[in-house]
Amino acid sequence: MRVRELRRVAWDGLALAVFLLMIFPIYWMVSTAFKPGREILTLNPVWIPLRPTLDNFAGAIAQPFFWNDVVNSALIVSATVVIAIALAFLAALAVARFRFRGRAAVLAMVIGVQMVPLSALVIPIFLFWDSLELVDTLLAVVLTYLAFVLPFVIWTLRGFIVNVPVEMEEQAMTDGCSRTGAFFRIVFPLVAPGLVATAVYAFIQAWNEYLIAYVLLRSGAHQTVTVWLASFTTSHGTDWGGLMAGATLTGLPVVIFFLALQRYIASGLTAGAVKG
Amino acid sequence: MNDASAAAAAGHGRLALPTLFRPWAWRLSAGAAPYVLLAPAMLVLAGVLLYPLASLLALSFQHYGLRQLIAHSGEWVGLDNYTTVLRDGFFWKVVLRSTAFAAVNVALTMVVGTLMALLLERVHRPVRVLLTAGLVLVWATPVVVAVDLWQWMFDFEFGVMNWLLTHLGIGNYIHHNWFANPLEGFAVITVVVVWGALPFVVITLSAGLSQVPRDLIEAAEVDGANPLHVFWFVVAPILRPVFVILATLSTIWDFKVFDQVWIMLNQRPAADYFLLGIYSFSESFRVTQYGLGAALAVILVLLLAIATSGYVRHYLGRLEGEGA
Repeated sequence: MRVRELRRVAWDGLALAVFLLMIFPIYWMVSTAFKPGREILTLNPVWIPLRPTLDNFAGAIAQPFFWNDVVNSALIVSATVVIAIALAFLAALAVARFRFRGRAAVLAMVIGVQMVPLSALVIPIFLFWDSLELVDTLLAVVLTYLAFVLPFVIWTLRGFIVNVPVEMEEQAMTDGCSRTGAFFRIVFPLVAPGLVATAVYAFIQAWNEYLIAYVLLRSGAHQTVTVWLASFTTSHGTDWGGLMAGATLTGLPVVIFFLALQRYIASGLTAGAVKG
Repeated sequence: MNDASAAAAAGHGRLALPTLFRPWAWRLSAGAAPYVLLAPAMLVLAGVLLYPLASLLALSFQHYGLRQLIAHSGEWVGLDNYTTVLRDGFFWKVVLRSTAFAAVNVALTMVVGTLMALLLERVHRPVRVLLTAGLVLVWATPVVVAVDLWQWMFDFEFGVMNWLLTHLGIGNYIHHNWFANPLEGFAVITVVVVWGALPFVVITLSAGLSQVPRDLIEAAEVDGANPLHVFWFVVAPILRPVFVILATLSTIWDFKVFDQVWIMLNQRPAADYFLLGIYSFSESFRVTQYGLGAALAVILVLLLAIATSGYVRHYLGRLEGEGA
């Protein structure tokens, strides 16, 4: 018994070491963001900011196009999330609740297209929007992101809807609800966690995406935050403090969103994707 | 309607019920409703995914350079792009490099992820919560942010990694440039990829581990199995489906790696750093040979399809089981 407990404490120690190893890069980013230049550009690392400063953040925000690109990202992300959830929900309803000709084909397509990598499709997607003269517009980016998040969102929501017993709907209908009424009173509340989880998924995908935005959005004022951040290094010599402050700011919305809704994400994504 | 009554006879109670209550409404909705619900999503998928996929294929049989870009139409050249690519020694080098990179990254992710998931099971609750929170934080970090912060960690002049490696006595890494030698550069990129991929793998695996019946493990221990045997003969077979899914997803992610290489090398990777995705991209957007780039992308998709066919079959099998 004693030996067993000792061994467990040893595992605890190892896990703490792993924790520090995993988390250290993030700590290093954030702490660098708060350091004055002298503490950053030193051959012997300063482990804790001795004179914390907000200068790096001020510098990052003052970079050209920062606010433009934040607004662009926010617009693109919110449009993508709202439209994706609405369209995917209807589509998921169709494949989960109706038997119809072509249903298997739709499901096979939804799974199949998830295998196609974005980096392979970026060429025809660029040429497609270019031929419509929609390159450098947010509309093109939103529609492209929609196509890339829809399959996963449809598939996950389908799992949630399938898991709501049809009998519950039927019960509500015998009690005098219409089909639509039964749906909104019975199914909708039970599917809500799935909607939250997939909304977070779409949010993160759209906020983090780099390649499509990099190719489609040509002018500085039309770009997204990730493209803005990736081009931070182009000036001669890297301003590490500013870059780390920019990186921290870019990561912040996702981390807040993720941590706030963590419970739903872990249970929601696995439940929807694995069950059914 | 015949359809509805046939379905009812087949035992689909859910279809029969509305017929009883509102026969006319049902007749209308039964036929059109699913298609109406699907239409908007399918329209987007067809326009922005299927159409580009088809035009990618078409493009790979065309000569499509700057002049064709301006004219918005390519010149058909048959299999020329493919023969050019397949005859090029550099292409085979890139394929080999991409495959080796993906193999190393998937293997590392799976092995380290499994060890961490097993560790997570053996610690006290507060430690488990702490480590999980740390993993979630890493998971939430956008790739572009991750690349930038690792770039800083491995900076040749003021990077903390060079200092640590030197002071831990591993060697003299003061002013060591990690990207001078592609093998070392890819080691850094591997660190970025595996670090970012671990949280998802560990959290999914530990969810799977918690489903393994405890008495099965205890019975094996009573029979004298050591921990390695317990894992290999009891736990691993139960987790097999989870392993397959995770390994497949990791293969897809690691084979098509783009952002990590592209941003790590400041959007100008040298030819020594080309993986298939990068090669295809730079052939199109840098060299403006969209046809050649498309052929490379088609080859990438085909290789991925082969590598993940087992996974797709698994899902399709499940659909059939459902009677779709």
